[in-house]
Amino acid sequence: MSQATLHIQKISGHAGAVPGAGMARELKEKQVCKLVDTTTCIGCKACEIACQEWNDLPFATTSFDNTYQTMPDTSWNFWNLIRFQEHTNENGTFMWLMRKDQCMHCAEPGCLEACPADGAIVQYSNGIVDFQTDNCIGCGYCISGCPFNIPKFNPATHKVHKCTLCADRVAENLEPACIKACPTGCLHFGTKEDMVYQANRRADQLKKHYGWANAGVYDPPGVGGTGVIYVLHDATNPELYGGLPKDPHVPWIVKLWKHPLKWIGNIAIVGGVVGTFMHYLRYGPKVVPEDTAKGGE
Amino acid sequence: MEENRILRNHRVLRYTFKERVVHWISGLSYVYLLLTGLAFWSPWCFWIAVVLGGGSVSRLLHPWMGLVYTASVLYMFGIWKQDMWITDKDRKWAKTIGAYVRNEEEEKLPEHAVREWQEWAPVERFNLGQKYLFWVMFWGGIVLLLTGLVLWFTDYIPWSLRFLRYASIILHPIAFLVTLAGFIIHVYMGTAVVRGGFTSIIRGEVTETWARHHHRLWLDRILGNATARK
Repeated sequence: MSQATLHIQKISGHAGAVPGAGMARELKEKQVCKLVDTTTCIGCKACEIACQEWNDLPFATTSFDNTYQTMPDTSWNFWNLIRFQEHTNENGTFMWLMRKDQCMHCAEPGCLEACPADGAIVQYSNGIVDFQTDNCIGCGYCISGCPFNIPKFNPATHKVHKCTLCADRVAENLEPACIKACPTGCLHFGTKEDMVYQANRRADQLKKHYGWANAGVYDPPGVGGTGVIYVLHDATNPELYGGLPKDPHVPWIVKLWKHPLKWIGNIAIVGGVVGTFMHYLRYGPKVVPEDTAKGGE
Repeated sequence: MEENRILRNHRVLRYTFKERVVHWISGLSYVYLLLTGLAFWSPWCFWIAVVLGGGSVSRLLHPWMGLVYTASVLYMFGIWKQDMWITDKDRKWAKTIGAYVRNEEEEKLPEHAVREWQEWAPVERFNLGQKYLFWVMFWGGIVLLLTGLVLWFTDYIPWSLRFLRYASIILHPIAFLVTLAGFIIHVYMGTAVVRGGFTSIIRGEVTETWARHHHRLWLDRILGNATARK
C-alpha cells in the first residue's frame, strides 16, 4: 500500500508531524473491524486458503499432530491460522474450540510503538495496522512489542510480515479475503461500531438462548480495543482459545524504553556534550610545563 | 617481564604498537556502533542510518561490529588488566579529583598544598578515571554483547522465553547510555584536555616530563626497570 492511498494516523520511528493525523473526516465511523464468532466456526480453514490466495503466499505443507490442528503456528508467509483446542466443560461435555488467529490491528499497536524504522509500520485512519516492507530494516523489535505474538520474521529477506487486514481490498471497498471465503457466516466485516453491536447481540443470544452464561466479546481495552474482535463462549477465559491473552498490553518495558528512558537518555547525552564543552570554557586544557633541563617538548 | 619503554631523547613509550592498534579497533568500532545505535535509538537520528547505507545495512552490520568491539575489549582486558585493578593509591587520588577536574595542578597551588597534593596524587600507568572508563567499557561491553545477541536473534527466542527479549530491549540502551557517558568524557579528555594524550595513542610516545606530570609512579617504575636492565 502506498502511504498516499489512505489517511495515516500513526507512523513508526517517525520524527515530526504525522501527515494524516486528525485529517480524516468522521474518523470514528471509518474505523473498520473484523468480527470472528468462534461459536459458529467449523474449522474448515477456507479463510486460511483465501488469505494465501489473495496475498500470493505459498501453500505450506501441513503437519499432523493427532488433532485437528494443521499447522503449528503462523509464519512470515502464513498469516491466518485456525487454532484448535479440545476442551472438556465442567459438566463433562466435550467441545472443539476454533479460533481464527491473525493480527489484531490494535488501536495502540505495540509493534508500531517498538519499531525504530521510519514508516515501516503505519496505522491508517481506518485503524488498519500495516507493515511497509520496503521500509522494514529487519530489527525484530515489533516481535517484542506485540502482545499477541503476531509479527513473523523471514530469515531470507530480513523482513517481518503479518496480516494486512487486506488493506488493499479495504481501500477499494472490498471485504478482506478471509471474510469473503467464510461459509458459515462466522466472519463479518464492517465498521467497528457495527461489529461491536453485532458481537454484543450474538453474546446476548448465547447467554439467553444457549445457556452460555459467560459468553462475551473480546475487544481488549489494554491495547485500546482491537480491529479484530471475537465472540467467545466463555469470555472470562480467553486463554482457552489457543492462548488468547486475558488482558493484553503493550509490554510495560517497551513503554519504559520508548518514553522515560528515551527522555532521560536524551537529556543525559546532550548534558554530557554541553557539560564537557562548558568544562573546557571554564578550565581549559592541562598543559604540562616545559622541562627544559630534561629536554622535554 | 616488561619490555623496555625508554626511548631516546627523554621520551618514553606509553603505548606499544599492539596497544594502539587494539585501541583504535575498539574506538572506531564503537563509533560505528554509536552512530548506527543512535539511528535506532531515536527517530530524530534515523538519518544517520540513511547516510551509512540505509536502515537494513545498519541493522545487518551493527551486530557484527559489536562482535569486533567486544573482541577488542576482551583483548584489552587481557593485556591491561594488571594496570587496571583499582588500588589504595587510586583511592587517595580520588580525594584530589576535584583539584584534578579544575586543573589545579601543582604549579597553580600554594606551596603547602603542593606537598600535600604530591603525597596523594602520584599516579601509576592509568589514573582512576581511566580505570573507571576501562571497567565501564568492559562491563558495558559484556552487557551489550549478551543483550545484543538476544536482539540479533530475536526471531529465535521462543514466546515462552520472551522475558529475555524484554530484558534485552531495556538493558541494551541502558548499557549504551552508560558507555556513552564514559566515551564522551574519554574523547573530551583525550583530545581537548590532556595535551599530549591524543599523540600518545597515535604514535605511542610521550616525553618524560609528560609522564612525570601525569603518571609519576609508572615513570619511576619503568625507569627503574630500565636501570635494572642496564
